[in-house]
Amino acid sequence: MTTPLIHTEGRVLAAIDRSTYTESVARHAGWAAARLGAPLELLHVLDRHPEVAPAADYSGNLELGEQERLLSELAQLDERRSALAQEQGRLLMQEAKGFAADMGVTDTDTRQRHGGLVDTLTEQEPGVRLFVLGKRGGHADFAKGHLGGNLERVVRAVHRPLLVASRAFRPIGRVLVAFDGSATTRKGIEMIAASPLFRGLEIRVLMAGKDGETPRAQLHWARDVLAVAGFEVTASLRDGQPDIAIADAVREEGIDLLVMGAYGHSRIRQLIVGSTTTTMLRTCPIPVLLLR
Amino acid sequence: MNTLTRLRQDWLGNIRGDVLAGLVVALALIPEAIAFSIIAGVDPKVGLYASFCIAVVIAFAGGRPGMISAATGAMALVMVTLVRDHGLQYLLAATLLTGVLQIAAGFFRLAQLMRFVSRSVITGFVNALAILIFMAQLPELIDVPWMVYAMTAAGLAIIYLLPRITRAVPSPLVAIVVLTLVAIALKLDIRTVGDMGDLPDSLPVFLLPQVPLNLETLQIILPVSITLAVVGLLESLLTAQIVDDLTDTPSDKNRESTGQGVANIASGLLGGMAGCAMIGQSVINVKSGGRGRLSTLVAGVVLLLLVVFAGPWVKQIPMAALVAVMIMVSIGTFSWASVRDLKTHPKSSSVVMIATVIVTVLTHDLAKGVLTGVLLSALFFARKVGRVLHVGSVAAEDGAARHYTVTGQVFFASAETFIAGFDFKEVLQRVRIDVSRAHFWDLSAVGALDKVVLKFRREGTQVELIGMNEASATLVDRLGVHDKPDVVERLSGH
Repeated sequence: MTTPLIHTEGRVLAAIDRSTYTESVARHAGWAAARLGAPLELLHVLDRHPEVAPAADYSGNLELGEQERLLSELAQLDERRSALAQEQGRLLMQEAKGFAADMGVTDTDTRQRHGGLVDTLTEQEPGVRLFVLGKRGGHADFAKGHLGGNLERVVRAVHRPLLVASRAFRPIGRVLVAFDGSATTRKGIEMIAASPLFRGLEIRVLMAGKDGETPRAQLHWARDVLAVAGFEVTASLRDGQPDIAIADAVREEGIDLLVMGAYGHSRIRQLIVGSTTTTMLRTCPIPVLLLR
Repeated sequence: MNTLTRLRQDWLGNIRGDVLAGLVVALALIPEAIAFSIIAGVDPKVGLYASFCIAVVIAFAGGRPGMISAATGAMALVMVTLVRDHGLQYLLAATLLTGVLQIAAGFFRLAQLMRFVSRSVITGFVNALAILIFMAQLPELIDVPWMVYAMTAAGLAIIYLLPRITRAVPSPLVAIVVLTLVAIALKLDIRTVGDMGDLPDSLPVFLLPQVPLNLETLQIILPVSITLAVVGLLESLLTAQIVDDLTDTPSDKNRESTGQGVANIASGLLGGMAGCAMIGQSVINVKSGGRGRLSTLVAGVVLLLLVVFAGPWVKQIPMAALVAVMIMVSIGTFSWASVRDLKTHPKSSSVVMIATVIVTVLTHDLAKGVLTGVLLSALFFARKVGRVLHVGSVAAEDGAARHYTVTGQVFFASAETFIAGFDFKEVLQRVRIDVSRAHFWDLSAVGALDKVVLKFRREGTQVELIGMNEASATLVDRLGVHDKPDVVERLSGH
């Protein structure tokens, strides 16, 4: 398991693409950057897919200078597409910058990079304290309940906290922290206590599972840490599977933001039964902050 | 990017495009495989089995998705003598050995040697290949009834004119079908593919070549296998580069080398001849929308199915139709731009290109042509860099001393120029030679400097050398100087 690090330096990086999540991602990122007092970077990844042929000609013959002709034709096609994508990206970023500014961020940088989303984010990781992504990318909006193919890979690839934006931004007042007593979530509690991101928010710590002495003690510890840090905090224990307990709490208690550890289980187990993290990302209608 | 993602992208990233392009390529491969079998002097089935095996195996083992490999003209030309003198079984044995050599080349990462093959040599290779493919068609066009000329001309007309009407069907296929139908309908008495030897009547079967396993066999096949391995890798890596450029994606050249070897071993064990990547077919594949490994696999499998199940029809294809297709291939392979560029390109580049073509066409051996080209390029390069040398001097005010400054590259090709830069006739008490802005690359350079110093001394002049350490830093055969952070200062004159 990776040790979650508390990063107090670096920028907030939001991955923007053309989807219904654009505004929400920009606003969530703006909210986080403003609270953290961190610079915000809006990143648009131009992911060209050279493995897919842009055109096909079945004439099957080779004319004079076919190779040169084909090369210039394919290069022109790519050029036109890329120029268009770049221009669209530029407009998109302007729009997103506006939304972020609404949230009170002034220090916003916009950047476009070529490459795959996962690779690009991994490259940028060193200078980043928080990633912000939409639950789904531009291409995956049609299948409801289906995670953006990229998101799950990003969640696995990056090692910094990741804020997954829901479809629309809603002012955040009440935060639910999914706690299981593990080292990861204990570090998470300490991080919440220390981070300006949560200052002044109402925190609810939730533990799922059977009642007992150990969980109670762990829950008390969490509550104390947060209370000492000056938070208005309640802690509760719910019986049942973590994913169901969390979903119920989110629905019943009017939660605005869910904070949880990312992928606590082994990969083998995830392949077979999936994980609480994936389920929560898929089913929760609210933004989720994943801690590593 | 992880392996699974890459695998999925290589195989399933472009399914529709790959399947359709694979079909187009399969149809285009049939005439080529037959024609190249005929060049090599074996039955058409040897080339067809080879094309099937190589395409299918390379789809999995190759390092360049979307590239088409099969029986090729370049390889066929190399095996002619072996087949004529020793027969098919020795060819199969040579094919296996070629595979082994190519796997070794992949293992030892010899693909990086391709960087010594300059663009002019590559152009020469391509042009020579086109010329040889064209010349191989001439026997079918000499001393034949007039109908053959008419048929060939009609075939070429269909191939080049049909795409102006529709690009939905491969025009070479239409040419073959139309000419075959005409020949059957008019009962023309002209040669057909069936006259050239056996066609496949079943799926290929596993068999070991029937050759004695002794030193004599090795002596017969080894030279041919080495040439085959070299030519196969040259054309494959060159084609991989072309596909890289066309699709703007990278490839793994060493994996490609090993893959070619595995494919050739498979081909040899299933009764096929050695093959390699095909420039023309790979271009056709990309043009038809093929990008992934699936396109190569589809091409191979469809080729076999077509030939095994449509054998009786394939037999009836007139040779004239095949000749028309091969003329198209040679015209399409030839780099016409290189002829136009002869006027504008540097003379040395043109000489390298033309020498590569001439040697290849005369020897029918692409390996010899490329070797000639590479050697010539190296010579021309040495001569050019040898000119990057300047020996300047300033006389001291009293006229008794002189300060020489050497700038540039001193090595075997410029040692004479270096010595000639000094004036030994001048009567001097002291000479100072500053070589800190020069590079001494080899022993010829050091020898030349010794000579200069000695000559001055004999004239009674005191010699002071400055900057010898820096100048001779390049003497050490230390590769990878580019790893050092101060390389720019070091190589740009300290």
